[in-house]
Amino acid sequence: MTESIIGRNLLAGPENDPAGDAGHGEHPPRVGFFTDTSVCIGCKACEVACKEWNAIPEDGIELSGMSYDNTQGLGASSWRHVAFIEQSKPVGHAHADVDHSDVDVLALAAQGSGTPPEEAAVTPTTPPEAGSEERGELRWLMSSDVCKHCTHAACLDVCPTGSLFRTEFGTVVVQEDICNGCGYCVPACPYGVIEQRPDDGRAFKCTMCYDRLGAGQEPACAKACPTESIQFGPLDELRERAEARVAQLHEAGVGDARLYGHDPEDGVGGDGAFFLLLDEPEVYGLPPDPVVTTRDLPDMWRHAGAAALTLLGGLAAVFAAHGRNDALKWRIRR
Amino acid sequence: MSDGAQGDGHGAGRNEADGNPAEARQAGSISDVTKEGQQGIRPSREALVGAQDLTGGERPGGNGAGADAGKRHGKGRHRRGRARGRKGEQTMVPEAEFTSYYGRPVLNQPAWQPLNIAGYFFLGGLAGAGSVLAAGAELSGRPVMARALKVTSTVSVAGSAAALIHDLGRPGRFANMLRVFKPTSPMSVGSWLLAAYAPASFVATLCDAGGKLPRIGRTATVGAALLGPAVASYTAVLAADTAVPGWHEGYRELPFVFVGSAATAASGMALAASPLAENGPARSAAVAGTALENAAMKAMERRLGLVAEVYREGRGGRWMRAAEALSLAGAAGAAVLGGRSRAAAGLSGLALVAASACTRLGVFHAGLESSKDPKYTVVPQRRRLQERERSQGGQRLSGTPER
Repeated sequence: MTESIIGRNLLAGPENDPAGDAGHGEHPPRVGFFTDTSVCIGCKACEVACKEWNAIPEDGIELSGMSYDNTQGLGASSWRHVAFIEQSKPVGHAHADVDHSDVDVLALAAQGSGTPPEEAAVTPTTPPEAGSEERGELRWLMSSDVCKHCTHAACLDVCPTGSLFRTEFGTVVVQEDICNGCGYCVPACPYGVIEQRPDDGRAFKCTMCYDRLGAGQEPACAKACPTESIQFGPLDELRERAEARVAQLHEAGVGDARLYGHDPEDGVGGDGAFFLLLDEPEVYGLPPDPVVTTRDLPDMWRHAGAAALTLLGGLAAVFAAHGRNDALKWRIRR
Repeated sequence: MSDGAQGDGHGAGRNEADGNPAEARQAGSISDVTKEGQQGIRPSREALVGAQDLTGGERPGGNGAGADAGKRHGKGRHRRGRARGRKGEQTMVPEAEFTSYYGRPVLNQPAWQPLNIAGYFFLGGLAGAGSVLAAGAELSGRPVMARALKVTSTVSVAGSAAALIHDLGRPGRFANMLRVFKPTSPMSVGSWLLAAYAPASFVATLCDAGGKLPRIGRTATVGAALLGPAVASYTAVLAADTAVPGWHEGYRELPFVFVGSAATAASGMALAASPLAENGPARSAAVAGTALENAAMKAMERRLGLVAEVYREGRGGRWMRAAEALSLAGAAGAAVLGGRSRAAAGLSGLALVAASACTRLGVFHAGLESSKDPKYTVVPQRRRLQERERSQGGQRLSGTPER
């Protein structure tokens, strides 16, 4: 039975129709998010829209000291999380080809705005100093993280109550009236998305606004995003759009641009919510090579079975070696 | 969607957040700016640029994005992860360099309470292996040992289920565990296993204690003995079927650690509860269980590589060392003195039971630690990517499309 499951890639590997394989006969196309972080401006409108629409309770208002990120991560009451990363590194596409490292901005400001162009220290056309390696530029990476709605969702696989389920849209949703708060989904998620709410006990995560999808609306975060950094749509279409966007950025000299979670061949069979990143995934707090834990489950059960047989056989052997109790034998003989 | 029981959670219990990351965040214990300055900062864990050369220079120079980007970034981009290792201790794995998002964990930590979940593992093992010993004792004419182990197994499995229910966020909804049967969920399989095993163990105990219905009692005893090993081993799958590196990466050995530990606990209980005339098999089982547990643990540490640190250091390491010492002392005591002195057998038995509890606590804490530190998530995954990249002939990292 496990072979047929593995053969059909129901536990891991490329999977074309997660909703269909979950038992939805006629179903709409699989939808998802494509989050293009190259145009994210860190406004957090997605976080706010998500909280508002889904009536998520407040979960702590404090200053983290992590750039502008005071949300700090995804959790039971943060279904969108905007990460802020400050790097002293030129941003490829915003690269001005000038070196500002020796410019005293305050002195320039004191000079007023009447500097004739020939006296200006720097103009946009000044070529970079030959051989200069040190650049004074800063780039600020922002990325709105969200539940990945994995093709092979570990949270769903390990849920013992069936509270987590695959919707007709191919997304993964918790049924809050069934969840008994066992918390198994929390360590199962390779991305650190789902979490139990302390004062409630049950597990919560992004539903991709299941209620809005049902009414033909796009999710609140995508609706609120002012730069279309968060794009919502049929997954196939988003993947094409993302490939085109990466090609465009590479052409523009942003060699750092790469897609994350788009590949149906990856460890989770591809994400329903995938990203265009400008640095390695771990810089954004994402795992570089996530694998759905249940990929190895058949092997785990085999090892557990072998261990159980070892226990049974080992103890049987012990009793066989010791034989019947002498005292009893003696009693029987008498 | 979310029901009315929300809001006003903030501010409650600001100082008692231990274990639950959401509570910890609520309590502001994760890096916070206060009047007294910044708290909880980890200076070695800034979000660093780029992710090249994450594994301490093992990467062959000049291939792919890494070398190229390395040139772009210049030097000094990567700093060491947390300085590690007590003085004089040699770690097998070189210190790993890696990047992370402000040192925040990649994974969310389970809100499981150590005593509940480690207790659930321990009691399940004690019950499961105990039922096997009980059946063996009954069939080989050791009635005192058989009865004692039937009682402890029944009490243990009840305790195990109680610990599991107590740990639920909504204990009143425990019955939902039996709403479906899901082979992909070890917790579902375990719930059904317990639902079959616990009554068998209970009936076996009842028939033995009451001296009635011997045939039903015998059937229940044998049934419990057949289900017992599954009860003892499935909890290893339950732990391993997660993204927690300290559990998942050891999924091949963890079941053997768990059944070894279960045999240790049950034989310890048998030694403590049976007369000298009957405890021969228990002494052998104690030695065998201890040997299996410790050998499997060593094999698991070898496989885990970098992640094995969590079983050697910190809270996990302390419990594991205690488990090793107690189990070796208990097994030695059982083997040498257990056949001669009732007191020595009892003491050895208690040491073995304690050893098993320590193992479960150690495994629990080690796993928790491995999920808290992004190092254990990022570095092994990076290595995996590099190996794949190397085997594919120096292509770019798989996260980086070639187009």
